[in-house]
Amino acid sequence: MARRPILGLFDNANSAADAGDGLRRAGIPETDVDFLTDTPYPEGAFGEREEPHKLYIFPFIGALLGLTSGILLTSMTQVAYPLVTGGKPILSIPPMAVVCYEGTMLGAILFTVLGIVFESRLPKLKAGLYDNRITEGYIGVLVNTEETQHGEVEGVFGQTGAVDVKKQ
Amino acid sequence: MQEGRVLSTREMNRDLLRSILDTPRWFWPVVTVLGLVLLIAAIAIGIMVNRGLGVTGLNRPVAWGFFITNFVFWIGISHAGVMLSAILRLAKAEWRRPATRAAEVLTLFSLMTAMIMPIVHTGRPWRILYWVFPYDFARGIWPNIRTPLVWDPSAILTYLTSSTLFVIIALIPDFAVLRDHTTGIAHRVYSVLAMGWEGNARQWKLQIVAGVLLSALILPVFVSVHSIVSWDFGMAASVKSWHSTVFAPYFVVGAVHSGVSAVAFALILLRWCYGWQDYIRHEHIDALGRLLIVVATGWFYFLVMEILFGMYGREPDELMVRQTQFTYWPYNAWFIVFVITTYFIPVILWLSRAWRRNLWIMSIACISVNIGMWLERFLIIVPGLINKQLFTFVWADYRPSIFEIIIVAATFALVTMLMLLFSRVFPLVPLYDVKEGDVLKTQVQIGRRTVPATFRED
Repeated sequence: MARRPILGLFDNANSAADAGDGLRRAGIPETDVDFLTDTPYPEGAFGEREEPHKLYIFPFIGALLGLTSGILLTSMTQVAYPLVTGGKPILSIPPMAVVCYEGTMLGAILFTVLGIVFESRLPKLKAGLYDNRITEGYIGVLVNTEETQHGEVEGVFGQTGAVDVKKQ
Repeated sequence: MQEGRVLSTREMNRDLLRSILDTPRWFWPVVTVLGLVLLIAAIAIGIMVNRGLGVTGLNRPVAWGFFITNFVFWIGISHAGVMLSAILRLAKAEWRRPATRAAEVLTLFSLMTAMIMPIVHTGRPWRILYWVFPYDFARGIWPNIRTPLVWDPSAILTYLTSSTLFVIIALIPDFAVLRDHTTGIAHRVYSVLAMGWEGNARQWKLQIVAGVLLSALILPVFVSVHSIVSWDFGMAASVKSWHSTVFAPYFVVGAVHSGVSAVAFALILLRWCYGWQDYIRHEHIDALGRLLIVVATGWFYFLVMEILFGMYGREPDELMVRQTQFTYWPYNAWFIVFVITTYFIPVILWLSRAWRRNLWIMSIACISVNIGMWLERFLIIVPGLINKQLFTFVWADYRPSIFEIIIVAATFALVTMLMLLFSRVFPLVPLYDVKEGDVLKTQVQIGRRTVPATFRED
């Protein structure tokens, strides 16, 4: 059987959390359930699973690339036009540090932003099951499961006070 | 710190999207007037480019005047965004929530405006590319990275890129709200911008981590930008009174002082223009006032240190500059106005809780700070140059021409217009941030009192 999404809409956080508990009791795996909200609730407010991510790696990679770019830019421009000033070395380290520092930070920030987009699984090109009322404060409980289990899921939604149930 | 009435999500959306979904009657007339000011400034720039910098009051040795003063001023204003958004986010200050977006956006537009000033100042703007970007392969001339004048663009472009991305990332959930509240072309545009955001647990977790991570990464850039701008002066050994080791922290604190004051004033204006009394409340302006007392006093300490160290060495050139600032007309008058408007008027007003909560008085205090901070930059730059220095063989006074006055005045119109246009298409108060504050807010009973409390997640 095909897996299809089903969305239950709740008008308060307690009912949505009850629905999450009910789905777990009904044997729906945690990985198949998502809670859609218009604001960040404290992690675990709906009993949802913890979301692992690797975002912290991205700024380090970016910083390294940015630093390398900074070193290359500053050293190559100085070597390309080797103007000796006051008998000092062509490659002057203190001013290089400034541009390298900015390059490092820029690389770290650019890669962090890429990391945020990538780890958030954005952009999502194909729209999933969704309801505009979610951005009006409703909480969506999205279950992606076998069609045979939809009846059971609808039962849980009904018992926990869903204001609406949508299927794709 | 939790005043105001309880609002539903629907009411928050309606109120905070009002600037986008319903255009106020005053909006387009105000934008048109600001546009006309910009048109006049564009004509002035055109004449200046055509005839040369001779139409300005710049001369030898006063090669830096109103344009560079204005450049430093707008760079200073841009420090509000990170101060309010990043530092207060890391410090988990709840009252930051409605102020962050306006502060970040003010950062963007003031940085863009600041960048225009040195370009205009060069007289031949197209040539600035040779000095900043390593692209002129044909002639083999490269940017001289040993000069602070090249460090400046590297720092400012980094700060501008970072701040822009910071704003965009925080806007994604609000784009989704707009997507769900619009139809037609607007709906399609906001759908593309929202990138399929649906608000699941993973996306929210990443959004929160991103806020903290980007704040921590932008903070060092924030410090570096105004430090490097200060080195435009501090690294110049030939101009006495500029060659000062205290300039970097002095400039950074001064920037925060003027920037936060500007944001406080912008918030008061937004509250008034869009009727956001439930979001930008007296408690927020009060908190900004208290923060500003600390910042202003820190800044005043650096001002005193700068003058004290400058005079203590008793170098004749340095004393000559100080004499110009303190005794020569009109610089002596400007100096008195500068110190009074930057520190004494606002801090005296901010010491009273009732005055901090009076929006008229707060507006006067914030405008006063920025008049003073503009004069501060002018009094650093011009008196330093009008005296005979080591490598100058002439000296002259400086009087700005009408061209400089028009162009500088137009930068204020530019930032105001950009802020207004932004508020027309994007929410200037972050919806999800305000809503999150509401979710985390509760009341607890302690003895016979019910007091507000906020749950904070680590």
